[in-house]
Amino acid sequence: MEQVIANGLYLGAQYALIALGLTLIFALMNVLNFAHGQMYVLGGFITYTVYGQLGLPFVVALLASGMTLAVIGALMEKYLFRTVIKRSHREESTMLLAAATAFFFDAVILLIFGEKQRGVPKIVKGVFNTDGLIMPYDRIAVGALAIVFIAAFILYMQYSRPGRAMRALAQDRVAAQLMGVAVERYSMIGFAMGAMLAGIVGGLLVTITGVNSGIGGPISIKAFMMVMIGGAGVVGGAIAGGFILGMMESVGLTVLREYGDVTYLVIFAALMVFLSIRPNGLMGKPWG
Amino acid sequence: MKTISNMSRRVMLGVMGAAMLAAMPAAGFAENAKLKIGFVGVTSGPAAAWGTSNVRSMETLAAWYNELGGVKIGEVTYDLDIVTFDDQKDPKRAIAGMEKMAQEGIHYVVGPNVDDGAAAVRPVAEANGIIYFPYAFPKSLYEKPASNAVLGMIANYQSGPAIYKYLMENKGVKKVAFVAANESDPLSQRDGGVAAAKALGLEVVAQNDTYQNDTRDFSPVLTPIVALKPDLLVLSGVAPANAPLLIRAARELGYEGLISTETAQDAKVLEEGAGELANGFISVGGASTPEIASDRMKEFVERYTKMFGEYNDESNTKVYALDYILETLKASPAALDNVEEFKKAMDTFSAPNPYLKGDAKLTYVGSTSFGQKRQVAVPMVVNEYKDGAFETLFVGTVD
Repeated sequence: MEQVIANGLYLGAQYALIALGLTLIFALMNVLNFAHGQMYVLGGFITYTVYGQLGLPFVVALLASGMTLAVIGALMEKYLFRTVIKRSHREESTMLLAAATAFFFDAVILLIFGEKQRGVPKIVKGVFNTDGLIMPYDRIAVGALAIVFIAAFILYMQYSRPGRAMRALAQDRVAAQLMGVAVERYSMIGFAMGAMLAGIVGGLLVTITGVNSGIGGPISIKAFMMVMIGGAGVVGGAIAGGFILGMMESVGLTVLREYGDVTYLVIFAALMVFLSIRPNGLMGKPWG
Repeated sequence: MKTISNMSRRVMLGVMGAAMLAAMPAAGFAENAKLKIGFVGVTSGPAAAWGTSNVRSMETLAAWYNELGGVKIGEVTYDLDIVTFDDQKDPKRAIAGMEKMAQEGIHYVVGPNVDDGAAAVRPVAEANGIIYFPYAFPKSLYEKPASNAVLGMIANYQSGPAIYKYLMENKGVKKVAFVAANESDPLSQRDGGVAAAKALGLEVVAQNDTYQNDTRDFSPVLTPIVALKPDLLVLSGVAPANAPLLIRAARELGYEGLISTETAQDAKVLEEGAGELANGFISVGGASTPEIASDRMKEFVERYTKMFGEYNDESNTKVYALDYILETLKASPAALDNVEEFKKAMDTFSAPNPYLKGDAKLTYVGSTSFGQKRQVAVPMVVNEYKDGAFETLFVGTVD
């Protein structure tokens, strides 16, 4: 049972980090970023190239993934989403744009990096092994890094000037603008941060699970599930959603294994019932 | 007017000149008729490698034969024309592809690459007199009353028992566990593997464990299986992208037994994804090894690599289908427009196998598995991964 719980906690930490970027962008701009999974994949491939192919240190690769995705996110906000939000009052316009960018990224990633699964050397070798619990050191390192990134993100949002501005923006865009918050600037920063988080987690996890060009869509779906569980646009909700999903997956795959692949069937069914009772998720209100 | 008239003349002369130039190469090859051979399978998306290795093998061989002056069938020499259709692993598109082949008057088609696609095209192939060579395993495609499909490779229910038997006799395997993706091909391969293992007297300790094909972390899936301590963990129908992740998770959870699969794998992907943890992993490879490959096989590999920049080990198997079609047509030229003649010829057909050293033959097999000869005979090569490359574990045959 210790192993099942450890697996769940590890999965939860990585899921929470995946969901953070998605919920940040939703909170700031009311945009469902369907390209979040593809951003994760791109981050993974950048780390693969810099660390796995060029042989540069892993930290450099991780920085390259985060910075590249931050720039891509900023450009997407400035030249795509900002334009569409200005010109269209219909919310589905941004959703369609996000879906289009997801398809675009899928095609570009396939073109540049090919269809093969890619992996990199382990960042830490060895396995922690006691009676009843086995955990490779690289998973422990990645889980710990994920928790550090989550904590840093919360502190940044809570105490930094841009963080406060973004929270104000998420609570009430018009009121924030009236109070002197540079809405466009902080929207761009927020989108860049969301994309950067996707890139960093992609870079982190390529050391454990590798990366291939076809996994963007499934990653996005899982991120949306976590956000639905925790409540859209709430940092705490995304973290809670990540850990809940990770634990449900780990426990389900152990307890229900004799019945075939029913774990996700059960999770989806539970999610439908849960959302019909709490449509806004566990913490379903923006920031605050 | 004079200017216009001069221009018109120049244009006419230009057009005539261009037409003559265009006609010249055609005239140069005019003595050979065209023989169209089709391909319907997957050449895009995550499974693209399966169909791409088919198409590239066919195009390499066709270019080679055409360079040598064509293929003589009966009294006529033909240049080969490979007509391809990407079904995107979608049965509906596979049907459209087979209909396209029928409209083009093609009677011999290689593919499709997956079970549902191969099953979907059966009515179209049978209604339009098309013999097709799927890389899919449902027995109903090859057993009577079906008669138009010819299995182009070794099926998992043929390689599985051979691998399990080898491991029982040579590695002392007694307990086996199966895990498969929750998709039709891997699940059917798992069921076939479980039946074969039980028939050999192995104890099957896990047979219901499955995973979503897009799973990224397999530790939760494998934790309960590893706890059962099987001697052999079979990754039924595992996709090349998932194999290193499963192997790595199993090894990191402390699993020390053997790991195998009946599908072809990619050594580079295993090396990057699992490194030395993949050492000892057993899989079915392409139908050739350095020890058994003839000079012709070596030249095929060279030509393929020159044409496409890289070689795929799976093409050691995929090279065979086109040659089986051509050699059978040579043995029975009436089959060019009548697939019933082709079927008759299959029962007694035999020709030298150009890809193997010695006196190996191209023959149709499958009587044991399907009750009729509806499978090409290719060597069954079982590999073991070691330090970035495959080493041949053993070579077998199938009837």
